[in-house]
Amino acid sequence: MKEDGVKIIKTTTWSPGPGCHGGCGILVHVKDDKVIKVEGDPDHPWNQGRLCSRCLSMTQYMYHKDRLRKPLKRIGERGQGKFEEISWDEAFDLIEQKMKKIREDHGPESVIFHQGTGRDIGGWISMLAYAYGSPNWMFGLSGISCYTPRLMMMSITQGDFAVVDASQWHEKRYDDPEYKIPETVTIWGQNLPATCPDGFFGHWYIDLMKRGTEVLVIDPRCTWIASRAKLWLQLRPGTDAALALGFIHVMIKEDLINMAFVERWTNSPFLVRTDQEKKRLLRESDLIKNGLDTNFIAHDPVSDSFVVWDSDHQTYKKKNITPSMEGDFTLALADGSTATAKTVWTLYKENAEQYTPEAVSKITWVPADKIRKAARIYAKSQPSALHWGLPIDTIPSTVPTSQAINHLWCLTGNLDNPGGNAIARYAYDVVTYPYHSGGAILSLPPEVMDKRIGIHDYGAIKDFRAWAQPDKVLEQISSDDPYPIKGMWIQTANPIACTGMEPKKWRDAIKKLDFTVCVDLFMTPTAMLCDVILPAATFLEKDSLKAWWVPLQAIKRVVEVDDCKSDIEINLELCKRFMKDFPYDNTQELFDTLLKSAGITYQELTDNTWMIPPKGHPSKPYFRYEKGLLRQDKKPGFRTPSGKIELYSSWLEKWELEPLPYHEEPPYSPVSTPDLFADYPLILCTGRRMGPFFHSEHRQIPWLREQQRDPVLEIHPDTAEKYGIAHGEKVCVENWLGKITVKALVTPVIHPDIVMAEHGWWFPEKEGKEPNLFGVWDVNVNQLIPMGHEGKAGLGAPIKSMLCKVYKAKG
Amino acid sequence: MSKSNKNGMLIDYEYCTGCFSCTVACCQENGWEAPLSGMKVMEIVQDLPKDKAYLTFLPFPTELCVLCNHRTRQGLDPACVKHCMANCLTYGPLKELAGELEKKPRMVLWSPR
Ligand code: SF4
Ligand code: SF4
Ligand code: SF4
Repeated sequence: MKEDGVKIIKTTTWSPGPGCHGGCGILVHVKDDKVIKVEGDPDHPWNQGRLCSRCLSMTQYMYHKDRLRKPLKRIGERGQGKFEEISWDEAFDLIEQKMKKIREDHGPESVIFHQGTGRDIGGWISMLAYAYGSPNWMFGLSGISCYTPRLMMMSITQGDFAVVDASQWHEKRYDDPEYKIPETVTIWGQNLPATCPDGFFGHWYIDLMKRGTEVLVIDPRCTWIASRAKLWLQLRPGTDAALALGFIHVMIKEDLINMAFVERWTNSPFLVRTDQEKKRLLRESDLIKNGLDTNFIAHDPVSDSFVVWDSDHQTYKKKNITPSMEGDFTLALADGSTATAKTVWTLYKENAEQYTPEAVSKITWVPADKIRKAARIYAKSQPSALHWGLPIDTIPSTVPTSQAINHLWCLTGNLDNPGGNAIARYAYDVVTYPYHSGGAILSLPPEVMDKRIGIHDYGAIKDFRAWAQPDKVLEQISSDDPYPIKGMWIQTANPIACTGMEPKKWRDAIKKLDFTVCVDLFMTPTAMLCDVILPAATFLEKDSLKAWWVPLQAIKRVVEVDDCKSDIEINLELCKRFMKDFPYDNTQELFDTLLKSAGITYQELTDNTWMIPPKGHPSKPYFRYEKGLLRQDKKPGFRTPSGKIELYSSWLEKWELEPLPYHEEPPYSPVSTPDLFADYPLILCTGRRMGPFFHSEHRQIPWLREQQRDPVLEIHPDTAEKYGIAHGEKVCVENWLGKITVKALVTPVIHPDIVMAEHGWWFPEKEGKEPNLFGVWDVNVNQLIPMGHEGKAGLGAPIKSMLCKVYKAKG
Repeated sequence: MSKSNKNGMLIDYEYCTGCFSCTVACCQENGWEAPLSGMKVMEIVQDLPKDKAYLTFLPFPTELCVLCNHRTRQGLDPACVKHCMANCLTYGPLKELAGELEKKPRMVLWSPR
């Protein structure tokens, strides 16, 4: 269909606009260089013609009267809201001059490059940080509590990330002959239809349910999907590890473990030394002089001798052995002493022993029979897939929690199988969003990277991801120790309204700095505090590319809107100014380089719009660990230090953390702080999602805001009655850190002892200058959540399991 | 168009997730400004026995819905039907759609003015 003068352009989504992590194929209708309509592309395998309310609102978003259209320079005091429009040349000159001055006076590490949630920014902001010379690239959420903990844990457990296989790797999707519909999907802590999280399209689960998949839901709230579940477990926030360990306990007791898989592919037969205070995986170097400490030890029951697992060659040093899975052993060590040891599997079972359904029920509030039933459903379903959500990251005990849940698919063999949890890699191994500094477009010398904030505190921060640790960054901004922070580049982030816990501390931190830049599409409470504000382009106004996870796809510039520029172009221009011999002249060159592993040019990618890796490619499932497609040496196995799935984690051992999963109480809870609980008798959970909003965005888009005018607090009817609160009434939510006032949403979907708040609220229609800052302080629930409570790995924070009291607001 | 050929919309409310794509798709297609739309979504929460709440969303075509005549004339699905994230809206002749009601529970059939 073509109306007069209307061009229809095929492209794909990623961030500015719908705000999301992207993936959809769309058809953009353009008339007179203006987008007049956006529709879902029926030929795109990701969304198959559908589209969310946010993407359908693109015309209101792009041409909104309040959209930033020109660079702004602050002329009043910080927060006074006085800005003047300047040209891009003036803006770039000013930024160059100010930031170079900081670099000269204090060193490049004195500038923080601060991003929001992981979207079309990671590649470009790290490129800018490194061109400038700063190792302090940061995502500001306390404990980096968004997917990173789970990614880290997956990466060290099985060497790769795994996500539910909803057939996204196949062009024909559910009809692909290789694909199997999961018998059960366990949805652990996510209100899926309201989101497209972590490179996933939420409504794929509705497709699967229609095709026969049953769902098992673990959630403190009876969400829409929980209402449709075969079984729903209403757990206490922050007790997920105990529940997962309860599953494991039942699976062990009831013989529901896939032992063939566990024996063959995990490090369960390896020996762990048990005669010292700290248990430790035995290494070849313990047994044999000049042995390698990267090789491990197992026991051969036939010869009753100890054998070496050769990690390099991915084989035991003795042929045809089937190592003992269980047992207690005494060994002679290289230094002449003796040691006692147990197999990983023996320790694993001992560790799970205490998590009986009855014990777990006490911790989690989930009835013991439901725990048994759920464990059986999960373990017996074929295939069985497990989808987990943000609550697994937003607790200080995120490491043992994500480890325990990750183990579920390892213990049942639901890994890289059709309809299970498939290993997810960037399509064609194209890295548009690096995790490690190694995958970034530029790199910094080790002595500079050594200044990255947090790496000397936390091994996981040092070894897994290239971000600075945000809690430590905030601390350092006020302490100047070990070096002062002087500037901040904020791009795709709104810490005052969204990512910052204790946001007033972030406000003070931003205001303390010598120079701050914010790149955004609208004026926000954060931008209001900055010195220069740059107007960014939506995804329809820029060229880019995405490979998270599949397909590999092009994002195309369809139109331009005034002086808005894409994040990539902004950063590219500044890279050239900050770095002598910056290697890329334009985005085309940069994209062509990034696409090398796919063997295509950017032009070819845009011609295709999207591409799915062919069968046999390492970035396409299934059973790649059997086929030698995961490891660099092409041997079967996994990309872990031992090549096995490390149930007993050698990385955690190295970081001096517990190598096996365990339950740990949230720092504030009825159990850990009964005194506080007496004054604040409700558990405060946050992060309630509404499809029309992405985090702190979209409150100014009329079609979207109409769907919910004000922030709410979900409260159970019994609880509301107890406190004399009526539906729709204004209530104060308060604890020892702060207070907000929102509307009561009285609903039985929430547990009577829990209230559920929303994050990300501010009012673009209200006064923006300080102290009001668009009303953010009235409603931002993060004021009730502390910074500095990151977990032992530097990851995780108590974002969804705080305590509070609720009472009727006056007036 | 004779009465027997009248078209309507079959709504499978078992799967409607309350995502508002239909509401906004209609606004975009037909130029409605908030709060108007040809489709509104209602939320029904019931406390069922055994302490389980049950959440249902019911997409409700309002008096503004014209069944996207300009689209269907060209053989296209209405904007809301096309974009529904749960694929739970079907457009077609009422008679045919009525037959579908026998095949699956929890659906309602809507006929326009
Ligand atoms: S949020 Fe989901 S449906 Fe909307 S554009 Fe992004 S990927 Fe597509
Ligand atoms: S059929 Fe068309 S007019 Fe009616 S609600 Fe759907 S989009 Fe609106
Ligand atoms: S688009 Fe579909 S699933 Fe979403 S609210 Fe409308 S009818 Fe329901």
